[in-house]
Amino acid sequence: MSAPLVEVSSISRSYSMRSGMFGRAAAVHAVDGVSLGIRKGETLGLVGESGSGKSTTGRIVLGLEPPDLGDVRFDGQPMAAVGTKAWRAQRARMQMIFQDPLGALDRRLPVATQIREPLDIHGLGTPAEREDRVGELLRAVELTPAHGARYPGALSGGQRQRIVLARALATKPDFLVCDEPVSALDVSIQAQVVNLLADLQAQLGLTLLFISHDLRVVRQISNVVAVMYLGRIVEIGSADDLFAHPEHPYTRALVSASPAPGRRSAGRIVLTGDPPNPAARPQGCAFHPRCPRAIARCASEVPTLSSVGGDRQVACHLVTGAETRDAA
Amino acid sequence: MVPLVSIQGLSVAFNGVAVLRGVDLALGKGEALGLVGESGSGKSVTWLAALGLLPRHAKVTGSVRLHGRELLGAPAHELDQIRGGRIAMIFQDPASALNPVLTIRKQLSEALALHRDLQGEAVKAEAMRLLNLVGTPDAARRLSAYPHEFSGGQVQRIMIAMALAGNPDVLIADEPTTALDATIQAQILELLSSVRREMGMAMVLISHDLGVVAENCDRVAVMYAGRIVEQAPSNQLFADPVHPYAQGLIGALPPLDGPRRRLTAIPGTVPDPARMSDGCAYAPRCALAAEPCGLAAPTLAPIASDRTVACIRAEASRRALLGTAAE
Repeated sequence: MSAPLVEVSSISRSYSMRSGMFGRAAAVHAVDGVSLGIRKGETLGLVGESGSGKSTTGRIVLGLEPPDLGDVRFDGQPMAAVGTKAWRAQRARMQMIFQDPLGALDRRLPVATQIREPLDIHGLGTPAEREDRVGELLRAVELTPAHGARYPGALSGGQRQRIVLARALATKPDFLVCDEPVSALDVSIQAQVVNLLADLQAQLGLTLLFISHDLRVVRQISNVVAVMYLGRIVEIGSADDLFAHPEHPYTRALVSASPAPGRRSAGRIVLTGDPPNPAARPQGCAFHPRCPRAIARCASEVPTLSSVGGDRQVACHLVTGAETRDAA
Repeated sequence: MVPLVSIQGLSVAFNGVAVLRGVDLALGKGEALGLVGESGSGKSVTWLAALGLLPRHAKVTGSVRLHGRELLGAPAHELDQIRGGRIAMIFQDPASALNPVLTIRKQLSEALALHRDLQGEAVKAEAMRLLNLVGTPDAARRLSAYPHEFSGGQVQRIMIAMALAGNPDVLIADEPTTALDATIQAQILELLSSVRREMGMAMVLISHDLGVVAENCDRVAVMYAGRIVEQAPSNQLFADPVHPYAQGLIGALPPLDGPRRRLTAIPGTVPDPARMSDGCAYAPRCALAAEPCGLAAPTLAPIASDRTVACIRAEASRRALLGTAAE
């Protein structure tokens, strides 16, 4: 087993939010005690609904935002302070891909110029080498130099996301954080980009943190999947096993809510209640007001993430190793 | 039997660019029909055109009949009775479909006064009944709330209540759950199918999500580049898709269980409507395309009593699929 490239130990981050113009400021715990390890060359998928803290986790892991508590280690080293030389060197090794490629690209610059920009910023290679590298990157994402001369507006959604991917790969990073990279794309184009990402990962030995609300896409690309609910990880385990045998009541509901062609909704778990509000997190287990199995203890005591056998960890009072894992 | 809604040869062009190129569709009483396809395939435009909701510069031709009555070119006062009264529509972004400065009561009452001719106490009672029907807790108090005081899922429930206000025969739901989280999507879809059953209403569910359509519709029509390419009962379409595009869409969907396989992505992109060839619009991306595919656009032809496909290579395509299944 290889050592983790990225190690996140119990990070927390809260924001202060006002309700209304004269409302009292309240702390919103976006991320609360999240620990993760991502091994070299592997993909960790992070799933959850809006407000679950998955994007904030991604931003903290990349150092775009400091955690209030806890720390992130990259390749054994703690994250350097923002703005320092060490930070720049570290940042060249980790990149991010966002959901909206049009928002991430400058509409007034040809895309080849934008792919070249990280090389200029980090001073990598001679100008001639940089040109070659841009051509190489365009080919790597299955585009041609002709595409490089175009402006973002003249490319399709899938092509734009390829450009964003090429730019992210320019500095030869070891680690990519992908935040909903294919959510804005049509199904057929989504499959192209997912395949491309998997190929590039295999060729370049990339390590990925893949954030998405789409369970199918996450399973397709991940080795390990973590499910978040209101800032905490409620379940984590290997991608195949997790969705085949979800243990946490929330994961079960999520898997059950994912519609499948050729299957009529028989025995679907439909959760009652509203989506969680991070500004008003319930006491005890944050999921208990919507949980079909909640007991009195769930309302008062926060469950901790603990192993239930194999590589699966679950944060639920009702799921213990002996009870449910014997079948697997 | 006369279908409830019957669309024939419906075409739409914006500034000379054809975006809808001859759609034939029938909807029976109480039926749930799914429309799937990627962005730009014409799923929404079909219904916006049918209801006369497109901008003036759109050129609409063909025929749309409701109970045998022609809607295209019908006078405005007649359309006003039909829109919201006989055919109601809900959209992807419910928050922008409601007026932010009016209470829910005001907006629901407007629909009730317009289509049901209710006044005074009767309006309030009916508004309460509708909110209860769509599962809004504490309906009496929530009537005086404004849209921003509700969550996304609740606003979509209110939109559904407003759509039901006119007791419509047909509900057109255009990507009703796309902006919602997975667990809330499941709630809204369940609500839609339960109100449909209770009110005996027909529904057209427009979605890019094959799974959503498969689970909630009796029949599915797949659209590509302004045309319907395949139409079938939903269980058959997903078990045995015939059109290469329908096969491609299903193959591109990552499975949630079973062994992981490489996704069969459809190469290329959707054609530009301004530069469409005379032949089959899918031919440039199709693995089975042969020479005649480029000559003329195939028409929808029956392959079974309840299935139609627009593909001259349908037989080859079916064999290819059966061949892979037998391996």
